[in-house]
Amino acid sequence: MNNQRSFFFNVDWLTVLIYLALCTIGLLNIHSAVYDVKHPDIIDLDTNYGKQFIYIIVAIVTGIVILLLESRILSALAPAIYGITVLLLMLVLVVGRNVGGNQAWISLGGGFRLQPSEFAKFATCLLLARYLSGTNVKVTELKSFLITAAIIGFPMLLIMLQPDMGSTLVFCSLIFVLYREGLSPYFLIIVGLFIFLFVIAILYNPLYVIAALAAFAAIIMWLFKRNKKLLITLLAGLVLSVAFIFSVKFIYNNVLQPHQKVRIDIILGITKDLRGKGYNLNQSKIAIGSGKLWGKGYLHGTQTKYSFVPEQSTDFIFCTVGEEWGFAGSVVLLGLYLFLILRLIMIAERQRSPFSRIYGYGVASVIFFHVMINIGMTIGLVPVIGIPLPFISYGGSSLLSFTILLFILIKLDSNRMGMIYA
Amino acid sequence: MNQFFERRYVIAGIFITIIFILIARLYYMQIVDDKYLLYANNNVIRTITKFADRGPILDRNGKILVGNELVYDISVIPKQVKPFDTMAFCKLIGMDKAEFDKRFLKAKIQSPNREIIFDKQLSPQLYASLQERLSEFQGFFVDPHPVRAYPDSVAAQFLGYIGEVQPKDIAKSGGYYRLGDYIGATGVEKAYEHILRGQKGVTNMMVDSRGVAKGSYANGAYDTIPIPGARLKSSLDIDIQKLGEKLMQNKVGSIVAIEPSTGEILCFVSSPTYDPNLMVGRNRGNNADSLNKDPYKPFFIRPIGAHYPPGSSFKPLSALIALQEGVITPQTTYYCPGYYISGNRRIKCLEKHGLVSLSSAVAGSCNGYFSMVFEKLMNVSGYKNISPTFTDWRTNVNKFGLGSKLGLDMPNEKGGNLPTALVYDKIYHKCGWRSSTIISLAIGQGEVEATPLQLANIECTIANHGFYYTPHLIKSVGTKNMIRPEDTVKKYVGIDAKYFEPVIDGMQAVVENGTAIRSKIPGIVMCGKTGTAQNPHGEDHSVFVAFAPRDTPRIAIAVVVENSGEGAHWAAPIASFIVEKYLKGSISKRETGITPEYFMEANRLPEINNYSHKPKGKPSPADSVKNIKKNTDQPKVKSVFHKNKKDTVKFLAVNKGK
Repeated sequence: MNNQRSFFFNVDWLTVLIYLALCTIGLLNIHSAVYDVKHPDIIDLDTNYGKQFIYIIVAIVTGIVILLLESRILSALAPAIYGITVLLLMLVLVVGRNVGGNQAWISLGGGFRLQPSEFAKFATCLLLARYLSGTNVKVTELKSFLITAAIIGFPMLLIMLQPDMGSTLVFCSLIFVLYREGLSPYFLIIVGLFIFLFVIAILYNPLYVIAALAAFAAIIMWLFKRNKKLLITLLAGLVLSVAFIFSVKFIYNNVLQPHQKVRIDIILGITKDLRGKGYNLNQSKIAIGSGKLWGKGYLHGTQTKYSFVPEQSTDFIFCTVGEEWGFAGSVVLLGLYLFLILRLIMIAERQRSPFSRIYGYGVASVIFFHVMINIGMTIGLVPVIGIPLPFISYGGSSLLSFTILLFILIKLDSNRMGMIYA
Repeated sequence: MNQFFERRYVIAGIFITIIFILIARLYYMQIVDDKYLLYANNNVIRTITKFADRGPILDRNGKILVGNELVYDISVIPKQVKPFDTMAFCKLIGMDKAEFDKRFLKAKIQSPNREIIFDKQLSPQLYASLQERLSEFQGFFVDPHPVRAYPDSVAAQFLGYIGEVQPKDIAKSGGYYRLGDYIGATGVEKAYEHILRGQKGVTNMMVDSRGVAKGSYANGAYDTIPIPGARLKSSLDIDIQKLGEKLMQNKVGSIVAIEPSTGEILCFVSSPTYDPNLMVGRNRGNNADSLNKDPYKPFFIRPIGAHYPPGSSFKPLSALIALQEGVITPQTTYYCPGYYISGNRRIKCLEKHGLVSLSSAVAGSCNGYFSMVFEKLMNVSGYKNISPTFTDWRTNVNKFGLGSKLGLDMPNEKGGNLPTALVYDKIYHKCGWRSSTIISLAIGQGEVEATPLQLANIECTIANHGFYYTPHLIKSVGTKNMIRPEDTVKKYVGIDAKYFEPVIDGMQAVVENGTAIRSKIPGIVMCGKTGTAQNPHGEDHSVFVAFAPRDTPRIAIAVVVENSGEGAHWAAPIASFIVEKYLKGSISKRETGITPEYFMEANRLPEINNYSHKPKGKPSPADSVKNIKKNTDQPKVKSVFHKNKKDTVKFLAVNKGK
């Protein structure tokens, strides 16, 4: 690490390339989404794309700085970074600016503002990696599990208080990390089952759902009646499901806020309010669907350019991709993400150090979760939850935090032969 | 390596699966489902229709009967309105403040960003004063838009009017019309709608989510320019049309004049009429309402919609058929004792004509002669075989255009009535009727009924010695003056040309020294026939048919004045003025002293009670006679009027229970 040549030695250039490609796609689509004949140039600080260009420069510089750091420092600083982030998350609840119902921003002056919840993502990943890579720490053990849950849960709780449902849910993606580190697969199955039951329980009469579940369980039990262990598991699962279904109804009716209920209702097709609450989603689907195979062409989208789609440069940026680049462009973009995520898993797996591997899985899970929720939301597969599309959505905090998230891994990977101890 | 190494595949598998679910959903939305593109276009494309100018309609000499005039619609984009002098604005457009506030609020609610119609159809005068100060009223815009204008206010029923399309028209047009479009509702406007309307143009604009225009769609690739409607040259002569409408004012009835050599309709008066300009502009609704409530029904197109027993005007036709069938010759004579006995019926004649020939029977309108001829004709195959004989006769009459539509190029034409043998079989049972039963048909009474158009067409046929052209209102279409091929087809009625002369002789005598002597035109030989159409509801209708000049007929005419008694009193003089005006361009002083002014001023409107057919009020035919006597100092005329009796017999069907 002492000579200049080694700074970029072993850097995974393919990942960097994908990163740059995604940033460029983002810049072009923001340009198109807010295109204005008065400001035709792509670099114009009066416009969002002009600002985004600056953010990209800043992000790249930050990335380079990270590559210059000692890998060891990242692990050592993890608690401090986590601590600062938590403090900022607390601070934002006191002095933060309330934008659109979420108290998520700290004003930095000059029109710039910081969103601590974005930085909480890599901070949590770092601390999680550091803790889990410690000796004698096993998620399968209760004490370790509880500490792990606390590391993840604390920032979640603070973000939930803003309240920013989208960013809160992002932390759920870390379950993949825990699974990789030995958490029982039942957790994954249960989470999957809960999502399934949640939808079913809202859509249908709980009594019918329970009856159907019971019948299904009975058939399985009869088929595998010799397997005692399975029978017990199934029975436990059934009891759990029934309890869950009732609690879903309770949560849905008593805990969820009206706008959240409406969003869920719209996704599930219970209500259709195309002019009011369902307007955003409907226009978003129209934008993407009207792109057909090849799209309407760069700067030729009508849905996004004529502001039928709201938030067209931030959360709904994928509408511009879908409308102007069509199915072909959408597949290319999703392909890039999939490629990036699989590459990240590969990178994580080639680490000798558990810290780097755990962190790597954290990065892959967080990025995957953002892509799934953001795109799923614009095409009506998941409720409208405001989280950005990584590297593409307009916004400095988001771009910067994803860059830091990714480049820490690239840095760790460049040093993969070494061992980082907690 | 870590003990949970293989779990990477599970995680990667989940990620891949979910990404592919997203791609599958995108595939469905973007490739399979077409509705989103449609919705996107509906969102962003606003189609603005550019209306084509409606084609003008000219008279036969190129004078404009109906053209277009620009009126001005004021629209407003509420968001662009800056504070301004509301009172001054209200004064300029002639609106009170309360109405202004109401409309402005309504526009604001409708859409603050879009152009909304604020006030419709400002006159050019109002527009001129508004235009000077329009810059003070930001957010208000004025758009010109053509409406129908009738410079001479004539020929209302002929031209018809336009109105907003009805849902059934929209359905029939296969989407051409949109709600709020105008379409020809009656008359020529309706009949020639496809030619007059032209072709609408469209401009496709792109708008943003607030409805603000953002420029043209696809650089105008799908825009079309409106194509103005073609002009129509009608066959109408505006001068005699105007004269006819004046002569018929305060009367109920019709004038139809046709050029025999072409079938072109020269004059088409339906009275009472209305100013066609009433059916245009801001007060159209109110005007239409009061016209609809008018008990004399000005919207009723009498020349083609009203039908009357032709009365004595039917006699020339009767004679022609008898000549063709060979039951009489021009030399056949008959001694008229002042009445005619048929079966146990006694038909009164106008007077004791004495010995009459065919021509003098026509001239004197001898009921006896024509009853005799009719009975001879009906009994050629024996009185028991009347049914087939009658059917033959009916066919011959029908060839003249009676009993079926002539096919005028105008909607709502009626065919009149010409009974079939079946009708009589029904009334009197099979073989229960004889020539005496239907003797009233001989003199144009009874069940036979004709529209004024059909009556005029019969005169065309006589003038042409045996054929006619389908009457039509439109001479030619477009600047190239295209003529419809069907208008140039001669329709023969099956009577040899040689039989016409003796009948025409009689008709000439009608005017020279017969019933219509008072209406003789100096220097023009007019051949005509008076008639009196029986009216069970009140005073009889005055009918006169004619053509002139005899040798080279240029005009055939039918005039009906309802509830006015003798054809000679009202219909014939009116017809004579029209004919003279058309042939000579002016009306000369008459020996008889009758003047157009007298007829223009005379009021022959029936009492509303009588007209609406409620009580069977007793008319007093004597009144009209007295009036004429008082106003005309012509002894010759008096002598004709002296023996005035209705040249009609009772409606025979009524007496069937004898």
